[in-house]
Amino acid sequence: MTLRGSRFWALMSLFLIALPFALPSDYYLGIATHALVLAILALSLDILIGQGGMTSLGHAVYLGLPAYAAAWTMQNANWPPELAIPFAIAMGTAVSALFAVLSLRARGLGFLMITLALGQVMWGAAYRWVGLTGGDNGIRIPVRPPVLGIDISSVRSFYVVVALALMVALVCIWHLERSPFGACLRGTKDQPKRMNMLGHDVWSIRFLAFVFAGFWGSIAGVLYVFDYLYVSPSSLSLPQSAEALLMVVLGGAGTLTGPVVGAIIITVIKTVVSSYVDRWYSLLGLTFIIVVSVMPRGLVPGLKAWFAPKEGGAR
Amino acid sequence: MQFWIIQTLNSLAMGGLLFLLSAGFSLIFGLMRIPNLAHGGLFMLGAYVGAMCMQWGVPFWLAAIAAGLAVGALGTVLEGGLLRRMAGNEQGQVLITLGISFIIADLCLLTWGGDPVPLDAPRMLRPPVFLAGFAFPGYRLAVLAFALIVALGLWLLLERTRLGAMIRAGVDDRLMARSVGIRVSRLFSAVFFLGAFLAGLGGVIGGPILSAYPGLDTDMLPLALVVVILGGVGSLPGALVGSFLVGIIYNFGTALFPDFAYVILFLPMVVMLVVKPSGLFGRVTR
Amino acid sequence: MFTLSRRDVFKTGIGVSALALTGRAVRADEPLRIGFLTVKTGPLAAGGIQMEQGMLTWLKLNNNKIGGRTVELMVADTNGVPATTRTKTAELVERQKAHLLIGPLAAFEALAVADYTESHHMPTMGLAAFDEGTQKGAQKYFARPTASAGQASHAMAAYCYSELKMRRMAVIADDFAYGHQQTSAFLRVFEDMGGKIVQKILPPLNAPDYGTYISQIKTDLDGIFMGFAGSNGFRFTKAFFEYGLGGKIPLTGGLTAMDEAILQQTGEDAVGIMTANYYSAAYDNAANKAFVAQMNKDYKADPGYYASGPAICGAVLDAAITKLGGKVDDPDLLINTIRSNVVENTIRGPVKFDAYGQAIGNIYIRKVERKAGHNVNTVIKTYENVSQFWTYDPVEFMKNPTYSRDWPVAKNLEN
Repeated sequence: MTLRGSRFWALMSLFLIALPFALPSDYYLGIATHALVLAILALSLDILIGQGGMTSLGHAVYLGLPAYAAAWTMQNANWPPELAIPFAIAMGTAVSALFAVLSLRARGLGFLMITLALGQVMWGAAYRWVGLTGGDNGIRIPVRPPVLGIDISSVRSFYVVVALALMVALVCIWHLERSPFGACLRGTKDQPKRMNMLGHDVWSIRFLAFVFAGFWGSIAGVLYVFDYLYVSPSSLSLPQSAEALLMVVLGGAGTLTGPVVGAIIITVIKTVVSSYVDRWYSLLGLTFIIVVSVMPRGLVPGLKAWFAPKEGGAR
Repeated sequence: MQFWIIQTLNSLAMGGLLFLLSAGFSLIFGLMRIPNLAHGGLFMLGAYVGAMCMQWGVPFWLAAIAAGLAVGALGTVLEGGLLRRMAGNEQGQVLITLGISFIIADLCLLTWGGDPVPLDAPRMLRPPVFLAGFAFPGYRLAVLAFALIVALGLWLLLERTRLGAMIRAGVDDRLMARSVGIRVSRLFSAVFFLGAFLAGLGGVIGGPILSAYPGLDTDMLPLALVVVILGGVGSLPGALVGSFLVGIIYNFGTALFPDFAYVILFLPMVVMLVVKPSGLFGRVTR
Repeated sequence: MFTLSRRDVFKTGIGVSALALTGRAVRADEPLRIGFLTVKTGPLAAGGIQMEQGMLTWLKLNNNKIGGRTVELMVADTNGVPATTRTKTAELVERQKAHLLIGPLAAFEALAVADYTESHHMPTMGLAAFDEGTQKGAQKYFARPTASAGQASHAMAAYCYSELKMRRMAVIADDFAYGHQQTSAFLRVFEDMGGKIVQKILPPLNAPDYGTYISQIKTDLDGIFMGFAGSNGFRFTKAFFEYGLGGKIPLTGGLTAMDEAILQQTGEDAVGIMTANYYSAAYDNAANKAFVAQMNKDYKADPGYYASGPAICGAVLDAAITKLGGKVDDPDLLINTIRSNVVENTIRGPVKFDAYGQAIGNIYIRKVERKAGHNVNTVIKTYENVSQFWTYDPVEFMKNPTYSRDWPVAKNLEN
């Protein structure tokens, strides 16, 4: 990572602080909020992909499941958000631990397929278990409730919450990458056999990474349901998982800025560009193809190599 | 008793259809180590192209072959133009196929609109066949027969021809294949053509049952995935057995456990991946 | 930021009218901005494209004017994904300053934006058929000139029992809320009259093939009620004939089981199928004749469920906004006028609204006939002034759970 510590943090903070002032209206700030929530999801997925080399195609589970848990406990069991939020995060994390045990039996494409299959099972359950989930009608939260007595109902106040969560996520993931654990995780990606010989328990390292990703995904999930005030099976569907994966790969796996950039670009294509381009769906597909072909490691590393050719494109 | 007979027939007929869908998917998966996520899109495109040909008066079987060739040609172009440059970057290749599937879906919608386009079966195969007092659609039995013929043809191709030997070698060990002088890139083109051809052909053959409609691609792709996971990647017998297995699980599963209809295919997939990740006939260790 | 956003205006509540007169006085040349939520990409696009065609056709026939004001139609593609629907709704309301909304297409989309439109006091002409919208979840700023999910099913059940003398029937529907609500409404009226639903089959929405379900259908039935959406009615009917059942058991259905959008594709197999809807392309009045002719001319298609909805919205809005003299800046006044108006000549016939925002109007029993190689949904019976509550008392009706997979309980199932 060539991100020179302090400058990166200063720029990122400045960006998040400037955004509400730079954007012309609450509508655009709302879109920025959507993008940042998904950026947290993409960052959590990148722990698996960028650090651990495990490509998951079922990560929307950790978006949708905690969203359902929070919505259900608040709407149907009348829990206060202070209780519902930790419960939802705990539940998402617990499920990630369970799914880690199942998924980690396979590697590479097997891992991708099993995460996909588990995601489809969760989607099917959400769709069909009408008594619990409301089926395709989903669960609504009429008004964004105050949390710890703080009113977050306005677009601006909620943006602050999401921006803070993103900063915390970035700091935690940054620390993870620089920690001995992070080094081990990257080791399991590149040299699993050697790691094993060195006495590292590869399975446990991968398991912890999976659960850590599930934890941050669950935080994105809780923010997601507080953002949209609605959750339905589409939140944990395969297209949602694929979208998260595309955000990571588009921006650049294994970087801190990549998933954030990817989340912003895809959200902008889906919400802003689609208002002006009828065939935005094709455009989205074309964007993947071009970025993956031209910059196989993603936009952020690709652009860096572009502007700093002397480094030879190597990180 | 009748329940068991007719659902068995349903399972076999559906298995035949699924084999036509997934044989090409399995071949490409086995050789190139990537799930071609555009396979559902190619299948749908085949159905639309076949329907268009038939509207122009082309007979059914010719339309099926024409659609297969057209989709096969498209597959070859995509492989040569996009995927080959990404050799070694499997994740990138998967994403490119996903991008292609988006574009195919959108362009099909643009070209043929949103309403379903029916494909009529050949007239002689349309009437139901009466078996021991109940009716069964004649066309579905024809699909089953056709699938078995295709399976036989593919088996002969893989086992008895030079190309087949090269493909098998490539599936088993790519490095070894290259070191004995097989031009892997040309082989990839051939396999991609064959896989896409089968997808396009299958789209038309399946058309009278499924028809062509937006969303056919995303409905079919997961089925191909399940077949290949159960049967094993890159194995022709695996694809055949996997197809019939999925047909049986789907038909009996939804009939006996209707509450599990939405997850009936993915639960076995999870179990198989956990217990035997290489599938029943898998030769590739993943 | 510097300009007063629409939301801030509405926050002041009662002050709105005064503000509208002073700060935001209506200029006669300012267009009427209609936000149109539809689906133009993804698997639900078929219906969404027809929705847009129906709207454009109605506007063309009415010189692009509603209530004397030129219309600026702002079409948003939601992709059929609730999260996107929410964002697009915010765009129409906050950025494009829509005066009112039409749409969205699917029930789950409508539910995803219901709280938003309500809290923004945004008059919304609903099209999605879901019972919540105008029953227990009824909203103040919502009016649906088409039908709730159960509204047409009630009439179909009465027709099956009284006119067709059916007593033993099966229901088959897509396994999602719209399918459940259609079949449950049918079941309630049919069994209340004395009939029996002896079989209930719910294939998944994305069922690859109906063979396995058709094989399960009992043979000693008087009829089958279909609660399908999209192209599933067409696919089911085709398979029904393939399995040799065609003509042996009469097929009936709800709003979209044999929609005009799939009617031609189903070919001769469709002939004789009876479905209930608030509309038929074959309905005979001047407004509809002009509408169908224009649709045929521009899109070479008969309008059905999806295309008719926006055209009915157009007529309802035209009447209300004409009455208001073109003033639409007071959302309370606008929605109240819409809901209190009686509109005689929409393409579905007369429309008025109940206290919950749901249209009361004709429900037609249509039977497919083949005329010169072209299938038509001929109206064979008209139930007039049908309420979403059928003949039940609204208050008593809403004491029950909303129609769902589990309610009312089917007590006569045989297995």
